[in-house]
Amino acid sequence: MSLTEMQGYAFFFFTIFLVVILYGYILHLYKSEKDGVRDYEKYGKMALDDELTDKPIEENPKETNEKKEK
Amino acid sequence: MQSNTALEYDYSVAKLYMWTTVIFGIVGMTIGVLIAAQLAFPELNYLMGEYGTFSRLRPLHTNVVIYGFTLSGIMASFYYSAPRVLKVSMGELPLINALAKFQFVAYLVAATGMVISLGMGITANKEYAQMEWPLDVLIVVYWVIWGINMFALIGARREKALYISLWYYIACFLGVAMLYLFNNMEVPTLFFSGGLGAWYHSVSMYAGTNDALVQWWWGHNAVAFVFTVPIIALIYYFLPKESGQAVYSYKLSLLSFWGLMFVYLWAGGHHLLWSTVPDWMQTMGSIFSVVLILPSWGSAINMLLTMKGEWNQLTENPLIKFMVLASTFYMLSTLEGPIQAVKSVNAIAHFTDWIPGHVHDGVLGWVAFMIFAALMHMSTRVFKREIYSKSLLEAQFWIQTTGVVLYFTSMWIAGITQGMMWRAVDEYGNLMYSFIDTVTVLHPYYTIRAIGGLLFLIGVFMFAYNLYKTATAGRKLENEPQFRSPMA
Ligand code: HEM
Repeated sequence: MSLTEMQGYAFFFFTIFLVVILYGYILHLYKSEKDGVRDYEKYGKMALDDELTDKPIEENPKETNEKKEK
Repeated sequence: MQSNTALEYDYSVAKLYMWTTVIFGIVGMTIGVLIAAQLAFPELNYLMGEYGTFSRLRPLHTNVVIYGFTLSGIMASFYYSAPRVLKVSMGELPLINALAKFQFVAYLVAATGMVISLGMGITANKEYAQMEWPLDVLIVVYWVIWGINMFALIGARREKALYISLWYYIACFLGVAMLYLFNNMEVPTLFFSGGLGAWYHSVSMYAGTNDALVQWWWGHNAVAFVFTVPIIALIYYFLPKESGQAVYSYKLSLLSFWGLMFVYLWAGGHHLLWSTVPDWMQTMGSIFSVVLILPSWGSAINMLLTMKGEWNQLTENPLIKFMVLASTFYMLSTLEGPIQAVKSVNAIAHFTDWIPGHVHDGVLGWVAFMIFAALMHMSTRVFKREIYSKSLLEAQFWIQTTGVVLYFTSMWIAGITQGMMWRAVDEYGNLMYSFIDTVTVLHPYYTIRAIGGLLFLIGVFMFAYNLYKTATAGRKLENEPQFRSPMA
């Protein structure tokens, strides 16, 4: 097999690999939402409820610990 | 951190950048209109001796609009919106706030140095990297401080997750840092040649084809990480906030983000089609450019769908007009770019006016429109005043839209005409036209472009006036508006 042919095969399989990753990521997003691991869409609210006084969409645990210590 | 109910967001740094955006916008685009007019009427080259020639002014135009206007707009938006989505005020972090002000001073020094040195004709001669090494060093310092500030803010956040805009700001920071360092590897001549040349001169560390490759790896990614990535950060924050509608699909925004990151870095080869660069690299550049349509349209469509059920806002709110048109222009230029990256099309398009045409439907329609909308939205919160004039904003929108359309349509026609004329041969294979034939044919289109540019510039002045009046004479607001920016 010549180098060019090898490059050709490598390119083809690499493309397949990337496509698998891409679809895998989409599946992962939808699956974790369906299984209740994470609700992605609620993060969209971060831009809307962004006053200092608004309750965080998800509290930063570090921040909460610091408050408890006080 | 104390939980103080009277705590407010501190916008002092954002405010500083808002004004530099306006000033550099006026300077950069005035030069743009002048060089556009020079291309149509060459006598205009001789207004100010050597300082007024096209060759001096063109790099000044590109650098001032990119590193002056656009970068200021990005920084203003960052220092305004990043604390908000993280729910920390800059005022809570006095050290970081001071560092951000120092960063602004470094920026002013670098930008002034850039304008003076390019005006004097001191240049490193690489497109979008014309600044000489002393300025490059200053810019690295400036960029590192930005990184420190960004990650300090993130470290102090109350919100656990990072909003999608922040992902894009981080990508902008990392992408530019990496690309800038590699592209600007240069050897100061004085120190390595035994005292030859001026102290500020340098030569690139790369030569020939390698230099071209590194140059366009940077050049194209400057488009990616300065004109695209941070502007997407802007639209993901300001469009939802102004319309009161959460992003249509947060999942799509994540997918588009990773798509863009993986694909963009490989597309730069499309600037070197038909050159001495290895053929496979050129093909890769073409292919990745076409694939790039997907993540680009992913973001743009996501923004348009965010307006679902709320399209009445498009007629009622000029800021929504600016932003919806911006994402539409983003779609236009991310379709046009890949078309130009196809090898056979590029054989006609390369070196013609179609390229600046493509550049400007992106930068005027997408980048500048987003920055205008962002600044106006911010102004009501930063100055705690109503926008001075809605009708002025509406008029600006229509005048500038007309300007952009005149600009890119004239350049489409000019570019394709030019490309076809250059390669036209008669039955014996002789070239049919000489260069001056194309110049004669293109003259009317150059004139139209200059008029389009002038319209856009008039809009910039209207914007500057409106913003100034908002800051000084707009009706005072009791409370910060939640979504829609109030305007008189
Ligand atoms: C009033 C608005 C503007 C006018 C009239 C204008 C005009 C021009 C002209 C005449 C050129 C040179 C084209 C050539 O060499 O054939 C140019 C190049 C360029 N301008 Fe502008 N410009 C404007 C605004 C902007 C803005 C806002 C940006 C970016 C934010 C921008 C970015 C660029 C870039 C990157 C180039 C280099 C294009 C290339 O190398 O192909 N321009 N502009």
